[in-house]
Amino acid sequence: MVFFENMGLFNLTWEMLVMWIVGFLLIYFAVAKNYEPLLLLPIGFGVLLANLPMTGLMMVDEGLIWRVYQLGIKWEVFPPLIFLGLGALTDFGPLLSQPKLIFLGAAAQVGVYITFFTAFEIGFDMQEAATIAIIGGADGPTTIFLAAHLAPHMIGACAVAAYSYMALVPIIQPPIMKLLTSETERKIRMTKGRKVTALEKVCFPVVAALVIILIVPASAPLISMFMLGNLFRESKVVDRLSDTAQNSLMNIVTIFLGLSVGATMSADTFLKKDVIFIFCLGLFAFMISTASGILMAKGMNLALKNKINPLIGAAGVSAVPMAARVVQKVGAEADKKNYLLMFAMGPNIAGVIGTVIAAGIFLTMLK
Amino acid sequence: MATNVEAPLAGNIWEVLVKVGDSVEEDDELVIIEALKMENPVYAPADGTVKEIKVAKGDVVEEDDILIILE
Repeated sequence: MVFFENMGLFNLTWEMLVMWIVGFLLIYFAVAKNYEPLLLLPIGFGVLLANLPMTGLMMVDEGLIWRVYQLGIKWEVFPPLIFLGLGALTDFGPLLSQPKLIFLGAAAQVGVYITFFTAFEIGFDMQEAATIAIIGGADGPTTIFLAAHLAPHMIGACAVAAYSYMALVPIIQPPIMKLLTSETERKIRMTKGRKVTALEKVCFPVVAALVIILIVPASAPLISMFMLGNLFRESKVVDRLSDTAQNSLMNIVTIFLGLSVGATMSADTFLKKDVIFIFCLGLFAFMISTASGILMAKGMNLALKNKINPLIGAAGVSAVPMAARVVQKVGAEADKKNYLLMFAMGPNIAGVIGTVIAAGIFLTMLK
Repeated sequence: MATNVEAPLAGNIWEVLVKVGDSVEEDDELVIIEALKMENPVYAPADGTVKEIKVAKGDVVEEDDILIILE
């Protein structure tokens, strides 16, 4: 009799079964639709594990996944390690070639701040509002990093929202891009930037790390690792480290990041009406960020002799390189010989830095 | 008169769609360059015949590298 009482089967609740559906949906989107599979697949499986009764996997001080979560996310190890790999994957050339494009990445953070105030007005506290707002930056590790500090109970919902919207960039952004630009604007061909030297590329991560961290010290965990990874890449003398950071290490961390984020999504934390607001506000933030990047480009065009194609402003959200690819696709629909891809990488990378700085500002003000 | 077809962006040659001696028309696709996991077609700037192909599948090219010479 004791054996039967301790079987998970007889301790299932309907709420757990609803979460199974959420888990299966995430796995389905990852496998069948190829939506951010590297993250959504382990997150989906983590959701299933978190909603199996009596496993003890997330039991405080004892559970296997609880330990991974505690070490990796609560102690803020995983997001910086992901940023180390992202840095090793990033070419700052397009940004250094045309530094003015950094304004587009900065403008795209407007959605983050508008959503912060909107969420606060709706009734979330400031920490929760900041965590929801950062979804607009479309940067998964930064969202997880900020949520772990300010609103750990929302980490699962915010991470899933961020990764879902990143996967849906090709669906969400084009209508906004077309609505805010004319056919003529979409046909604007960008003028080539100057050639960037190898020395500039080596110096940039060091100088950028020092400057950004001196201004916003709370951004140090992410920015320092991002720039260190980039220094590995650009120095050309530690190819082994660069390769490990952007491949093996990032893959290992991704497995445990996804699994432990998914495992935070138990029925009692996820099945709340707040989660619906999180998804709606996250989408709102993302849309405003897209629009503000485009509008900034149009504003800059009023003063620039060589006009910017305003589509590249949409890449100021930091879904790298998905947002840049969407810019190329929408631009090519207007003029198939217009190659905007590499130009869009400038604001795209600036968007990553901008979102980390926004998260650092929230941490400084609210923690 | 020879016309150079240059790489509009840096990337890897994904596919070369023409052979030496082929006649092409303006806007025909000549080469596909893969960059950031996106396939980008490179189009013929004018009518002509393929005189020389300077790249092969898998080659890494920089922006403005000559890919094909038309005449």
